[in-house]
Amino acid sequence: MSDRTIQARPAAAAGALVATLSGPSGAKPKRRLSGRNIMIYGTLFVAAAYYLLPLYVMVVTSLKGMPEIRLGNIFSPPLEITFEPWVKAWSSACTGLNCDGLSRGFWNSVRITIPSTIISIMIASINGYALSNWRFKGADFFFTILIVGAFIPYQVMIYPIVIVLREIGLYGSLSGLVIVHTIFGMPILTLLFRNYFASLPEELFKAARIDGAGFWAIYFRIMLPMALPIFVVAMILQITGIWNDFLFGVVFTRPEYYPMTVQLNNIVNSVQGVKEYNVNMAATILTGAVPLLVYFISGRLFVRGIAAGAVKG
Amino acid sequence: MNSSVSIKDLSLSFGAVNVLENLNLEIRDGEFLVLLGSSGCGKSTLLNCIAGLLDISEGQVFIKGKNVTWEEPKDRGIGMVFQSYALYPQMTVEKNLSFGLKVAKTPQAEIDKRVARAAEILQIQPLLKRKPSELSGGQRQRVAIGRALVRDVDVFLFDEPLSNLDAKLRSELRVEIKRLHQSLKNTMIYVTHDQIEALTLADRIAIMKNGVIQQLDDPIAIYNAPRNLFVAGFIGSPSMNFLNGELAARDGKPVFVANGVTFGLDGYDADGTLKAGRKAVLGVRPEHIKVNEDIAAGSEIHDAIVDIEEPMGADNLLWLKHAGHTMSVRINGSRRFQPGTAVKLAFDMTMASVFDAETELRI
Amino acid sequence: MTGHAQAGRPNRLLRNLNAKIASIPMMLTAVVIFLGGTLWTVLYSFTNSKLLPRLKFVGLEQYERLWSTPRWLMSIENLAVFGVFSLVFSLLIGFVLAALMDQKIRFENTFRTIFLYPFALSFIVTGLVWQWLLNPEFGIQSVVRSLGWTSFDFNPLYNQEIVIYGILIAALWQGTGLVMCLMLAGLRGIDEDIWKAARVDGIPTWRTYVFIIIPMMRPVFITTLVIIASGIVRVYDLVVAQTSGGPGIASEVPAKYVYDYMFLAQNLGQGFAASTMMLLAVAIIIVPWAYLEFGGGRKRV
Repeated sequence: MSDRTIQARPAAAAGALVATLSGPSGAKPKRRLSGRNIMIYGTLFVAAAYYLLPLYVMVVTSLKGMPEIRLGNIFSPPLEITFEPWVKAWSSACTGLNCDGLSRGFWNSVRITIPSTIISIMIASINGYALSNWRFKGADFFFTILIVGAFIPYQVMIYPIVIVLREIGLYGSLSGLVIVHTIFGMPILTLLFRNYFASLPEELFKAARIDGAGFWAIYFRIMLPMALPIFVVAMILQITGIWNDFLFGVVFTRPEYYPMTVQLNNIVNSVQGVKEYNVNMAATILTGAVPLLVYFISGRLFVRGIAAGAVKG
Repeated sequence: MNSSVSIKDLSLSFGAVNVLENLNLEIRDGEFLVLLGSSGCGKSTLLNCIAGLLDISEGQVFIKGKNVTWEEPKDRGIGMVFQSYALYPQMTVEKNLSFGLKVAKTPQAEIDKRVARAAEILQIQPLLKRKPSELSGGQRQRVAIGRALVRDVDVFLFDEPLSNLDAKLRSELRVEIKRLHQSLKNTMIYVTHDQIEALTLADRIAIMKNGVIQQLDDPIAIYNAPRNLFVAGFIGSPSMNFLNGELAARDGKPVFVANGVTFGLDGYDADGTLKAGRKAVLGVRPEHIKVNEDIAAGSEIHDAIVDIEEPMGADNLLWLKHAGHTMSVRINGSRRFQPGTAVKLAFDMTMASVFDAETELRI
Repeated sequence: MTGHAQAGRPNRLLRNLNAKIASIPMMLTAVVIFLGGTLWTVLYSFTNSKLLPRLKFVGLEQYERLWSTPRWLMSIENLAVFGVFSLVFSLLIGFVLAALMDQKIRFENTFRTIFLYPFALSFIVTGLVWQWLLNPEFGIQSVVRSLGWTSFDFNPLYNQEIVIYGILIAALWQGTGLVMCLMLAGLRGIDEDIWKAARVDGIPTWRTYVFIIIPMMRPVFITTLVIIASGIVRVYDLVVAQTSGGPGIASEVPAKYVYDYMFLAQNLGQGFAASTMMLLAVAIIIVPWAYLEFGGGRKRV
């Protein structure tokens, strides 16, 4: 930094040559362990430990046998690693209704998340495209309601949706839940796509219209191929959001279709039987595994997604 | 008159804002018309209305005698070139050129023929397999022109096509567009804020301000006989010198008086009557003021002091103080003056303009 | 778009027809669900609906009953305490972490990954992990005691007085990473030259933050505030997983009250009234924000 500054002022160098020679010269000495750095890294490491601790405890607990848990403390690593809790959590833990473990919930969640993600993104991307490029009269009215609606607590709208779904015969079914996820994902996703399409040069859209392309041709052949990154962001947002949902799962499905989060809560908080903490923790990790995997793979895109999702609240 | 594009009583408003009002414009077949103005004057809006990209509020648009007011852009027989090139980024140059034809379900053989012809005219054959991101700015704009070319249309619309290019490329492509017009003889409507582009390319220029065409004329007429003060000030760089004063009579002849200095108006070709007592503005371009030895015998002589000199190579621009005015004078680049030098001036009134101070119209 | 019709002008309804058809799902969602559903719930909150909704109006009776129910009052009190503390702490922790991360540190990506991963998890997962960590027999309390500090007492989940703080710890663990990310984005959005100018002027770092940077980040703070606040009003899954509202009713929250009355107690009227109160609470947060953001925005520029 300092040597560059000196080079940048060659004119001054000639006159001040004597002064330069007697003063400091060359690169600024580096101080590896300044007090400031110790404070910064110290704080960050302590914070990181706080954030990592629960994950660590989850993992070690799930690998211990119950006798060891009763004896030792929760932070100590397992003396004897056992995978039995994992097997039990997956295939034979009891929820109070049945005893076939989390696997049922996992597959339900898969069956909910995949169609919900695809349908909600499809609809929202078309909405966003129509809103940013075609701006028909009244479009802003609907969009405003949609965005305001994103802030309305779900509890306010749940019961009317129950009635609507019951009327069309989808209450309690997986398709019903897919519709609910599509509805509640719409505000944020529509906003996401609208802003993205609005950020593309408008002239591109004009050029395509002059070339004679219509609504669908422009969407599929011009806009869609350009919007792939934002589709990935939307996918991350939806997969984690839908997988982690609990409320809609409880309200809108029958027990045999309960998603994994509901199943997990029923296993862990079931009042019957002896508490098996190791099985509970294994089940918890299993439920968190899918969103965590998405998170670790997607990295920066996840951050972008939540920054966009943040607008929703 | 054989009219190619004609606009009748066109108005456009966004809510309460009138962007264009009652605009009429006839563009001749094969004409190169430039819409010139600063940003926000409505020139691009007008072009978008012609293209059908904006729904107009009132009026009609005819292209080749056909009322296209409510036709889709693709059915108007136009091609358009944009400032940002607007090339489809995920398609190769070839696909960019053929996209419109594919949408229109043109037979493949015909598509190939037209793409080949456009590529040849614009000399972009080696680029056909590349993506737009692999092209330079100039190449991209050539492809954008090619996209209009393959559509085989009657009218070309250009929306500030050279504004994103650097100065050198801009002048190169300017020449190329002119050559293209000379060989194709299509009607071309060209929007720009750059007066050099307008003066060099246009058959006629329409200068716009606040959604109204101020003057529609050929470049020389616009330069030499601007119809109002705005046009006079807009065209020309450095801009025309303006002196505020009033008209008077001396020996029965009209003169112009500013700050107590009298300027004879002999040789001025007036549109109206130069009535004494009228408040007026005298406009003289920098190159129409003669200095010292350039002054022709018998001219009216004025005294001035050199304030600042700006040598620009071929030309030398002098900023002079004269009777309380500052004015610029363009002289040959080889003639140099020190600041503070006293000089003699003569004004070429045959090339000057006089405007009414109130209506701002040329007298 | 005004003006009288003209020969050849196409029907206005048919213009952009495809765009309109494609937007039907959006229109239905906006009007039927968001607008219609909300109005429906508000309307039925004035009825005495029990097992099924019915239009027998009883005025404000449901609201009177609501505000005299101890469980609702407890929910509101919890929400207030939880809300204030989680606002203050998540902004504080989030900003400090972001400021530290902004010091051109090494391993920035690693730290960010660590701080943010809880946000990817379900509230259910978070609630259950912290239920385990705060377990009095095996969790943090027992570990500290076994280290020799035998009088150490930290048992929030079984103590009515402090149970809400137990939930707060879990909520902060999950949510501060997001606040940190938003703050960091805000800090990165500030012109480098501001820092250079402050450095040349010899202003200490902390003063630069307090008097220059934080005021410049006002929009980021407001947005973050709105996000945290509307999240707080919704808090539900976390409580269900961590405490089920217990011990007793000590950790009940409004969202849980609504669910329980609608779907378990089969007292729809109460549920509607409570959810309308939640709507009101959100409106109190959102309306001033929307006014600042969109109404006052023109003046600020």
